[in-house]
Amino acid sequence: MSSVTLAAGLFEPYGFEFFRNGTIVAVTAGALCGLLGVFVVLRGMSYIGHGLSHAVFGGAAASAVMNFNYFVGAGLWGIVSGVLIGRIARRRILGADAAIGVVTTASFAVGLALLNRYGQAKRSIEAVLFGSVLGVKTGDIIAVIVVGLLALGIIVVGYRRFLFSTFDPEVASVSGVRVSMMEAALMVMLSLTILVTMRVIGTLLISALLVIPAATARMLTNRFARMLWISPLIGGAGAFIGMNLAYHTNTSAAAMIIIVCATAFSGVYFASGVRGKRRVAALGHL
Amino acid sequence: MILKAAPDNLLVSCHHLSCAYGDNVVVNDVTFNVERGEFVGIVGPSGSGKTTLLRAVLGMVKPVHGEVGTMKGVRLGYVPQVESVDWNFPVTVLEVMVMTRPQRGVWARITVAERRAANDMLDRLGLGGLGDRHIRELSGGQQQRVFVARALFHEPDILVLDEPTSGVDVRTRHEVLHLLADLHQDGISVLLTTHDLNGLAAHLPRLVCLNREVIADGSPREVLVPDVLERLYGAPMHVLEHGGMPVVLDHAEGAVIKPFRPRAV
Repeated sequence: MSSVTLAAGLFEPYGFEFFRNGTIVAVTAGALCGLLGVFVVLRGMSYIGHGLSHAVFGGAAASAVMNFNYFVGAGLWGIVSGVLIGRIARRRILGADAAIGVVTTASFAVGLALLNRYGQAKRSIEAVLFGSVLGVKTGDIIAVIVVGLLALGIIVVGYRRFLFSTFDPEVASVSGVRVSMMEAALMVMLSLTILVTMRVIGTLLISALLVIPAATARMLTNRFARMLWISPLIGGAGAFIGMNLAYHTNTSAAAMIIIVCATAFSGVYFASGVRGKRRVAALGHL
Repeated sequence: MILKAAPDNLLVSCHHLSCAYGDNVVVNDVTFNVERGEFVGIVGPSGSGKTTLLRAVLGMVKPVHGEVGTMKGVRLGYVPQVESVDWNFPVTVLEVMVMTRPQRGVWARITVAERRAANDMLDRLGLGGLGDRHIRELSGGQQQRVFVARALFHEPDILVLDEPTSGVDVRTRHEVLHLLADLHQDGISVLLTTHDLNGLAAHLPRLVCLNREVIADGSPREVLVPDVLERLYGAPMHVLEHGGMPVVLDHAEGAVIKPFRPRAV
């Protein structure tokens, strides 16, 4: 293959509107999830992101079956799930992880049953789990970009308060930071992100993008501020590369994006492991 | 206790304060005040309610009875126990300090003035040059002092420390004690909890002895006496004098926490 045809082959997918739209949404969603993922990973709430995205699936299914507006239905369902998780966890008999496990799997199961009984189950379920980049509408692009800019703005303006209440919530609270408000803001941003990206990139990919880019960025830097731009960069780049690979290998876009991100994670993990060992070895010579 | 102080000088006030977790009363009918310029230690065995009392003062625990609070406008510099945070968290020493200040404008960038002030504070606490280090690279004693530096950087009226010498070696304990004494000299009020009678409590001007209730309140000479200590630890203890200071012989091994008995009405 000559270089001209290779280049033409690489640019080929961009001739399709569905691919261009899908790529825009995937890259924005990757960056957005990467940004929020920093807080998710540092607060040890990876499971919340995972759970919330599965819980919202129930709402999405219910609204599809009842011919209800997706955003309203899934949004309300998400809020109810969040409140339930909070209620159960506050009893202190169960930990938050158990509460999330109960509420989100139940919610997911209800969605599944509804789709089985009333929907075109197979297609819809696959679409929710893995997303459908083919079906991206202009409204989806606008929604993802608006939420992305909103989250970016809120995090920039509230940077120190978010950092303080993530690093040391007790002292932050004593020092006059309204920690519960910052936490609520994070949860709202997280829910909105899941809401606007789920139809496009799917539940599974959201969970992955909320954890893998931030975890990779954490291994690359010891600075919070740097993590905040490295993680979205990894998420966005992973989404971009994954989309293109998926087109050329004719595989699921969501699966490819996760594989690309996970490969980056593994690369950094082993590289930093080697560097860490060297440092330890160097200490041995002192 | 009669409120002698003018309200201006009153920083912390507990009035018949009781706190409980469920049915378990951990602080019962505690009344004490801290005035501006004081250096007060709350002492007692573990499980005696020291930390709960401190958390109530900080507003983190709601009382079930009585009142507790800081006076309006009082700025608190809270120094929790070192283990309370994840030291692998990706921040530098400077960032830990600066996050206590509200950010001016849209960007959270550390300003030149903030950097200078933070570095001055680090110099003062013997942490000069460590500002750009990741917090995990510090020793235990340095981590403790970073917490003190952070609290001071918040420009507090009163420094509130939870067990500042727990889990540190003798040298660090000395450093912390001297540091607190210096800060007190400079006019900062201090309230701390400790179970370390000889290493820390005996050096403080005023002790509040707590075992669910206030057993005694006064100078070490007044309260570190066998009678009080027996009620505090539930076991007889001996007190010697060394260099003009009371030294408690540690028989606390067999100490038991005094069971709570509701008062007859």
